[in-house]
Amino acid sequence: MNRKISSIILFFLLVPITAIYAQNVSAKKISFRQLQERMETTSVDTILVINFWATWCKPCIEEMPVLEEIPTMYKGTAVKVLLVSLDFTDQIEQKVRPFIKKNGIVNEVVVLDESNPNDWIPKVDPQWSGAIPACLFQYKTMSLFHEGKVTLATIQSSMNQLMP
Amino acid sequence: MNKKISFLLLLSLVALTAPSQLKIGDTAPGFKLKNIDKSYISLDQYNKEKGVILIFTCNHCPYAKLYEDRIVALDIKYKKKGFPVVALNPNNPDISEEDSFDEMIIRSADKGFTFPYLVDNVGIYKAYGATKTPHVYLLQNENSHFTIRYIGAIDDSARDENSVKQTYLANSIDALLAGNEIQLKETKAIGCSIKPY
Repeated sequence: MNRKISSIILFFLLVPITAIYAQNVSAKKISFRQLQERMETTSVDTILVINFWATWCKPCIEEMPVLEEIPTMYKGTAVKVLLVSLDFTDQIEQKVRPFIKKNGIVNEVVVLDESNPNDWIPKVDPQWSGAIPACLFQYKTMSLFHEGKVTLATIQSSMNQLMP
Repeated sequence: MNKKISFLLLLSLVALTAPSQLKIGDTAPGFKLKNIDKSYISLDQYNKEKGVILIFTCNHCPYAKLYEDRIVALDIKYKKKGFPVVALNPNNPDISEEDSFDEMIIRSADKGFTFPYLVDNVGIYKAYGATKTPHVYLLQNENSHFTIRYIGAIDDSARDENSVKQTYLANSIDALLAGNEIQLKETKAIGCSIKPY
């Protein structure tokens, strides 16, 4: 009985810790196909905010704090922020993971593993020139694309348009 | 309060308005900009050439850096054939220190640039609709003016030159030289957003 209780306690202690840890520091590689699948499944019932960034991109780093606030700002609304890093996949260990740790990034980070941008950039949004940062807000069949740094105002106006 | 809301609305409008891109077949806007040797270079000066490879680039951007050697190689190869490279740096050094005039001189010397490297502090990038570095425009001389023939990337593999499968820009110049239709007139690539003056 005691053992059961302690294992339950352990479970409730470990799950959030491992969840947070796994989410934050993993920075898993993802193909564009896999990203599209996640977009499709997530945006069915959740507002999905995809931010394309890189550790070497100064304006991307500058807008990171406001993106980190989204989940708290929209508490009660199903919203998911996915930070898609365009860092080179051989620099995940040296650049991406240290950045996540150092800045305590809470949003999930994945690293896009694709070689030819011309194959996938137009599929994110035909308007996208390929400059980063870039942000895609998606909910059900609606999507709003924003190239360049997002401000709080951009986020609010996009969220307002998509909010159920 | 109302004032605040309208200000926010205005902000979001400004942020959501994308710069208008030039289109294939449009006339290339002219310019006269300061080169790293302190001379001024204008597009008109190239009226004896078959065209110009116009590249918005900069010092600091990792993607721009990855292409420096390839841009030099393109200039050496195609200058002889009538398509010299002209590089323009549209970034404001107040935002990106590494992109200052002095740093441009150093970078050009370090990398052995064989082409002019101009300071675009008047927003020529906007007239072209360039949004990032590197961003390439291939111009063809049509006697009275230059026409945009190709917009986009240099090739399909920024990271690794050895895994390039399609040399988009070179293919386009070769097509123009042969009098053929360019196969892929526009391509997309990742780049660093322009930090304007």
